[in-house]
Amino acid sequence: MSQRKFTRRDVLKTGAALTGAGVLQGADLALFAQAWAQSTPWKPEKGAKLQLLRWKRFVQSEEDGFVALVAAFTKATGVPVTVLNESLDDVQPKASVAANTGQGPDIFWGLYSLPHLFPAKCLDVTDVADYLGRKYGGWVPSAVTYGKSGKGWIAIPVGYNGNIINYRKSMIEKAGFKEVPKDTAAFMELMKALKAKSVAGGFALGRASGDGNAWVHWCLWAHGANLVDAKDKVVINSPETVKALEYAKQLSTHFVPGTASWNDAFNNKAFLESQVSLTNNGVSIYAAAKANAGKDPKAKEVMDDMDHSLWPVGPVGKPTEFHVAYPMLAMRYTKSPQAAKAFMAFTLEAENYNKWLLAAVAYITHPLNAYDANPVWTSDKKLTIVRDVAKRTLTAGGLGSVGEKAASALADFVILDMFASVCTDRATVKDAIAVAERQARRIYR
Amino acid sequence: MTGEHGRWRRLRTNRDWLGFWFMLPAAAFLLLFLVYPLGLGIWLSFTDARIGSPGNWIGLENYEWIIGDAKFQTAVFFTLLYTLVASAFKFAIGLYLALLLNQAMPFKAIIRAVVLIPFIVPTVLSAIAFWWIFDPQFSVISWSLKKLGWIQGNINFLGDAWNARWSVIFANVWRGVPFIAISLLAGLQTLPPSLYEAATLDGATRWQMFRYVTYPLLTPIIAVVMTFSVLFTFTDFQLIKVLTNGGPAGSTELMATMSYNTAILGSRIGEGSAVSTAMVPFLLAAIMFSWFGLQRRKWQHGESND
Repeated sequence: MSQRKFTRRDVLKTGAALTGAGVLQGADLALFAQAWAQSTPWKPEKGAKLQLLRWKRFVQSEEDGFVALVAAFTKATGVPVTVLNESLDDVQPKASVAANTGQGPDIFWGLYSLPHLFPAKCLDVTDVADYLGRKYGGWVPSAVTYGKSGKGWIAIPVGYNGNIINYRKSMIEKAGFKEVPKDTAAFMELMKALKAKSVAGGFALGRASGDGNAWVHWCLWAHGANLVDAKDKVVINSPETVKALEYAKQLSTHFVPGTASWNDAFNNKAFLESQVSLTNNGVSIYAAAKANAGKDPKAKEVMDDMDHSLWPVGPVGKPTEFHVAYPMLAMRYTKSPQAAKAFMAFTLEAENYNKWLLAAVAYITHPLNAYDANPVWTSDKKLTIVRDVAKRTLTAGGLGSVGEKAASALADFVILDMFASVCTDRATVKDAIAVAERQARRIYR
Repeated sequence: MTGEHGRWRRLRTNRDWLGFWFMLPAAAFLLLFLVYPLGLGIWLSFTDARIGSPGNWIGLENYEWIIGDAKFQTAVFFTLLYTLVASAFKFAIGLYLALLLNQAMPFKAIIRAVVLIPFIVPTVLSAIAFWWIFDPQFSVISWSLKKLGWIQGNINFLGDAWNARWSVIFANVWRGVPFIAISLLAGLQTLPPSLYEAATLDGATRWQMFRYVTYPLLTPIIAVVMTFSVLFTFTDFQLIKVLTNGGPAGSTELMATMSYNTAILGSRIGEGSAVSTAMVPFLLAAIMFSWFGLQRRKWQHGESND
């Protein structure tokens, strides 16, 4: 959809919808929902019920916003929706088992390649995707990759979670830098200076499926290396991978001690306690600092002093970021396919989606271009850069397919362990690549 | 019709058949919940099943793959190390505690209850507590030692391969000691006091009393308790999952966590089953050892050792 040329009329229409309805409240929203239910092409089946299994929230206000959205849907359509929460890692096995046995929740909302693990079991939602793409300025390219299988759409990418650089302004100034450099060579200098003259930074080298995977993939891709090529052929054994590993190894000598044990939560704690000057994370550190700024002067200091930055660009010459994607899919076995489609369409309608985006305080980034105009992106200039992460991100599997094999390689920490074993001196660059190559060959056979 | 009736009555009242009927629920339970899953696991390990697809028979291919896999080798090595070291420490400390708690002392009941605490706390919670204790930045141990001036920087508990290994073993020992201590204490209390009286009359020292009275009589209990302890330790999962998730770079990966990661998160059920099936021989060996090595002592049947 991204290559669709939308007309000026489209833009005007969506723009008007956004500014006019961006923050509908109470009675207005109820009116909108009723009118929407009457005009939507997806009429829920009689007596339809939906069960939705989602990843467990990281930011409370995001979940509150989603609960409100679900309630509005039920009110408008009369379709009750039960929402189940599962930790991020558990969504995929549950969805796979449900797809296999043909029973379970109607809608699954999970990570990256989830719909591509069982494309034949996913309800075709091409009409919903086309409708939304047409109405809201088109899908970003990565959303098309995650949502489409063959000719049709098997999932609606509902949002992204940007993984970006979090840093303390005062600490990088002390190291002699005004901002986070835009290229990897200068970034190395920053990390070196931070360790030498200020407070050291660090990225997770433990088995942190979110933050750990985000930074090592950035580093791998930034140096032009890839696990597989566009045909899913394993190409990890390359001079580019050697360069990426050497860069990471040198970078890690400037890390704060102990990053090899960091999981996804360690850097949040350390950053909030001013023990680390720079790390990679979502905007949840900022959100936590902001939430406590009223009662805790230390949190206020962190909030005022911190900022976000996009990842530096490596020798490959273009951004190589890896942000989390959250696609939503309906199972083919659902008894209420129309209700499920109606729910997905309803979720991404401006009147609902804008509110939810606001509630998520930039923890979620939109997959549809029109939502660039959402007030959350201008509400706080420290959050503005997160607006573009969906457009910048590469997809799971890199150049290769986004399906089961990519998910397997991520779950097995093939790339993360390769970097960690080199950075912690457990293996030479050559041996680490050999182990990763052997594993990848097996996964991509 | 009468014949049918007669046969049915015989099935109902015949003593042999009656025994069969009483056994049936237990047997069905075992078949359904133990034999079937185990058999299915072994079957799956010979296939290339993935979550969502039943897979084809591929023979020993999964086993050939994991045997050559450096990560699997590390996992086997660490699982054995983890089990041996943790079990040895748990036994030594548990036995010592049991002997101590068997003495007459004030507040005996309360102290015995307190000893059980690590066992009562859910594993995940105690793992999270250790998570903070082993934190690279906020560890209470690092903080205390720094205040005492014994160390300069923080200790890298979970970030260094060997530190991480000893740290998780320590956490496992802490958690496993109460089970052994309380079980052995129960065993100690069944020992007849008359034997100790006789030993005292013979002028036995305390060490001799332990070596020649307590220890031999306690052996059957030790065998059972240690078998359980070794099995629990060998199949440990939660502690590692929460503390390190197998990191850094797979150095604290156990076979159990590896099996889960491969089969459920990586959705390669066949390969994950091969990893978990590979645990079976080790577990059988542990059971055999305790059965034949420790329990088949003839004195237990009223005969002398040969």
